[in-house]
Amino acid sequence: MIAVLARRRPVQLPAAGRAAHLVERNAILYRREWTLIVSGFFEPLLYLLAIGYGVGALVGSAVTLNGRAIPYAAFVAPAMMASSAMNGAIYETAFNFFYKLKYVKLYDAILATPLGVADVALGEVTWALIRGTLYALGFIVVMAALGLILSPWAILAVPASMLIGFTFAAVGTAASTFVRTWQDFDLVLIVMIPLFLFSATFYPITLYPGPLQVFIQLTPLYHGVDLLRSLTTGSIGPSILFDLLYLVVLGSAALLVAGARLERLLLK
Amino acid sequence: MAASATRADALVHARGLTKRFDKLVAVDAIDFDVQRGEAFGFLGPNGAGKTSTMRMIGCVSSPSGGELRVLGLDPVIDGPRIRARLGVVPQADTLDMELRVDENLLTYARYFDIPRDVARARTQELLEFVQLKDRAKDEVEPLSGGMKRRLTIARALVNEPGLLLLDEPTTGLDPQARHLVWDRLYRLKQQGVTIVLTTHYMDEAEQLCDRLVVMDKAKIVASGSPRSLIDQYSTREVLELRFPIDAAPALDGKLDGIAERVEVLPDRVLLYAHDGEAAASAVHQRGLRPESTLVRRSTLEDVFLRLTGRSLIE
Repeated sequence: MIAVLARRRPVQLPAAGRAAHLVERNAILYRREWTLIVSGFFEPLLYLLAIGYGVGALVGSAVTLNGRAIPYAAFVAPAMMASSAMNGAIYETAFNFFYKLKYVKLYDAILATPLGVADVALGEVTWALIRGTLYALGFIVVMAALGLILSPWAILAVPASMLIGFTFAAVGTAASTFVRTWQDFDLVLIVMIPLFLFSATFYPITLYPGPLQVFIQLTPLYHGVDLLRSLTTGSIGPSILFDLLYLVVLGSAALLVAGARLERLLLK
Repeated sequence: MAASATRADALVHARGLTKRFDKLVAVDAIDFDVQRGEAFGFLGPNGAGKTSTMRMIGCVSSPSGGELRVLGLDPVIDGPRIRARLGVVPQADTLDMELRVDENLLTYARYFDIPRDVARARTQELLEFVQLKDRAKDEVEPLSGGMKRRLTIARALVNEPGLLLLDEPTTGLDPQARHLVWDRLYRLKQQGVTIVLTTHYMDEAEQLCDRLVVMDKAKIVASGSPRSLIDQYSTREVLELRFPIDAAPALDGKLDGIAERVEVLPDRVLLYAHDGEAAASAVHQRGLRPESTLVRRSTLEDVFLRLTGRSLIE
């Protein structure tokens, strides 16, 4: 029994120094292809302009949130910020990660160096986080310029956005280890689009009938939206503690799944 | 005493090394030692267990059983330390398609924590070494198969490894590209780099390897220098005869006694003899009229055929 245990590969713990080299590799690439990063930022911004202001003008100016009337654009903006964090993380981890994992076998090459699987996972999630943070910073600046920030709590929206990015980066990484072909990514989109549309992004969750409200509360983007909306509008309630817990637990669980799957795929 | 000395000197030391995937035994209790400065080959057909063995030496696959030491360390515990001193050329090139040629070497050097200025200098040297200097700023995808292979070899050298692992270094390359790769590997060997390679090409093994093991069905079936293997398992020369297709059954017994051994293959008959020309005249004296006759020296292909009853490339 002891012999069997001794033979088991000890888990190589991640080292920031090693993981940093993978971040550096991604930075070299995106220095050239910065348009890719910018495009991920503009999509939610365009939605904000079209729906926050366009549709907002139609529906009248105010939405009631926790008994308080706030401008519709200020209601939609944090939801777009959360979606942007999700999109950035999923594009980076699901699509790019799959390309590097299965298509060009980048990680097979990297694992022949001192980097281990944990370093690869840490490096990629860190990179996704950096990208997400850039989006969050950009978005918060735009919101401030448009007068959509209603509370000083909004300063915490940037780290909160990073948490959303972390959760979705971990989920995206885990999901892409199960993907076999590019066609499977249709499934990712089939999940992402409803999340974007129905996570209380464009209207309050109270518009749903009771059972549907419970279901929406089980999905991840809803908690990202609720968290950021609480912070930027200043309607801080106990729900944000549940949001934080949900995002941390889901992200950590996904990271464990991703790590275990990568070990199996790459270190056969 | 002698055994422990061998173990201390060997860069790779394996005893009873085994790899299992669920029920499949990919590597079945093999023993070998790779000494400093030599070129050591694993020769065998696809599926013989060569790549599994290489992956275990490269610390990206843990052994299912037996003993393995690489550079005197245990791959299960010291993977990162060992990999820091290895150069690996995998079977598929696994180049970074999103980066340019020189960036491939630069970033790879960074994975080894090599300072940027050193990495830059080494990139230039290595591009020169593999004759890709004028392609430094190009994309990787349009490079020819031979160029990609050379770039992969350059990449494996960025950390100035003492031990270079090459998994089928020239499979799929045209003859000219193969010779260029062989030449570079030969130079590395001259510089004192220890080389471990797998191949299913006889000529490659004969060109490059000081010592080799022949693998078949997860086991080592023979080992030695190319010359000694040929001496041990084959004759000095081989007479190859081709007969019209319908004549083959009629040969039954007519070639007996001419050669030490006769091997009837689907497309030709091989006669193993010390003197091929003499065997050819004997065949003619018996009234046999093959469509073509060829006398050649024995190769490792003949060794493999003798050991396993099969050709290497099927």
